[in-house]
Amino acid sequence: MAINTDKNSYTIIFAIAMVVVVGSLLAFTASSLKSTIAANEEKEKQQNILYALGVNENGESDIVFVGTDKVEEIFATTIKEQLVLEVKDGQIVKQSTRQEYKDANNGQEPYLIDIKKQQTLAKEGKARKLPLFVGEQNGETVYVAPIRGKGLWDAIWGYVALDKNMVVKGTFFDHAGETPGLGANIKQRYFMDDFYGERLLTENGVFKGITVAKGNNDPKNEIKDDYEVDALAGATITGDGVSAMIKADLKLYLPYFNNLKNKN
Amino acid sequence: MGLLSKKDGVLITDPLADNNPITIQVLGICSALAITAELKASLVMGIAVLFVLGIGNVVISLMRNIIPSKIRIIVQLIVVAALVIIVDQVLKAFAYELSKTLSVFVGLIITNCIIMGRFEAFALGNGPWRSFLDGIGNALGYAVILVIVGFFRELFGSGTLFGIPVLGDAIEKTGVYSIGYENNGFMLMPPMALIIVGLIIWVQRSRNKDLIED
Repeated sequence: MAINTDKNSYTIIFAIAMVVVVGSLLAFTASSLKSTIAANEEKEKQQNILYALGVNENGESDIVFVGTDKVEEIFATTIKEQLVLEVKDGQIVKQSTRQEYKDANNGQEPYLIDIKKQQTLAKEGKARKLPLFVGEQNGETVYVAPIRGKGLWDAIWGYVALDKNMVVKGTFFDHAGETPGLGANIKQRYFMDDFYGERLLTENGVFKGITVAKGNNDPKNEIKDDYEVDALAGATITGDGVSAMIKADLKLYLPYFNNLKNKN
Repeated sequence: MGLLSKKDGVLITDPLADNNPITIQVLGICSALAITAELKASLVMGIAVLFVLGIGNVVISLMRNIIPSKIRIIVQLIVVAALVIIVDQVLKAFAYELSKTLSVFVGLIITNCIIMGRFEAFALGNGPWRSFLDGIGNALGYAVILVIVGFFRELFGSGTLFGIPVLGDAIEKTGVYSIGYENNGFMLMPPMALIIVGLIIWVQRSRNKDLIED
């Protein structure tokens, strides 16, 4: 070849050219696909919330969301209200309906509230916005709350449906990068279904949470008042992450459910 | 192989057996340990590496005469990373479900040493067509081992294949579980993948003595 590829000047020019070419290629791809990806992610959130509520097309043991072609319509009719609670120091300082929230935030839907950002705000001592989606299951009002935490490798998150006594009526968990076959199994039916019917509160109304517990105490998960579900083999840290996010995030909703009880 | 000359055909068949990237070259062990707890993940990873290695080898081969040797490793890394990210973005936009399945593997593909190894050892010194065949061959050789390891780990660790129970129900005690069989939870741990790979290496070398190093 005619070019002397060992020269320092050539190396530097090549490096600069490579960075410019690859950088603009990636930037172009990212920005041209941004809106399509965002639309997909919004639909996925709706599917996840509906899933926790029990609205899905599940077969025997698989997980099938409502189709992307009709999810927006079903979401609009199934979710009766999207409340936004602002919580500071364990107290609700403000509660707004979907319409009030949209009017105050340039039309942003409450279900698109970034939970990660809100957790950071709470850490800085500011008020945290908690969305709560109100729907119905077998004629009973059910409230779906988003949760978010840390697994072994990356973020894990989910949605938990609760009745007015904070008994779990459905869950959905997802993860960014847990190990396939181990931690990634929090997204399996057999793990998520175990949470159904578990309680978060003690008899006296104290928040206790649910622990993903090792020890095979209740493998068929028939005991519903032990505040435990059976853990996954080989996924201790992911399981601990699930316990932690349930305890930390759902506890914040306690004042709302207490108010609900006092009203009746 | 009517399509390929004998010399080219070897590029595909060799990595499947006598020059397998995992069992002979001992490349790509890290991902072989990490994701083989279930068969489906092994297969998906195999296919993903097939795409990246096939295309990546061609790109590097086309660039081989202009890459400055001092920074060739960095250039290779950038090519893989860019390829994987572009594919990931396109999938997120047009095949969202599939991209959710693959998301875990993106990071693992970029760091897979088979890819860097083949760029360095083959694509830098050979033409695009031969590099393409070499990429496909090595990715297939990698996938074969992953699927074998995934098969045994999922079967003995969870009693399922592709998530479908094949040995009966472990909790209800049906099928083989009714006679006292238990799933071996240790099979789900990464060290067991290493042991299975070791067993494959043992079988392979005892069948073909030429592979044994002195």
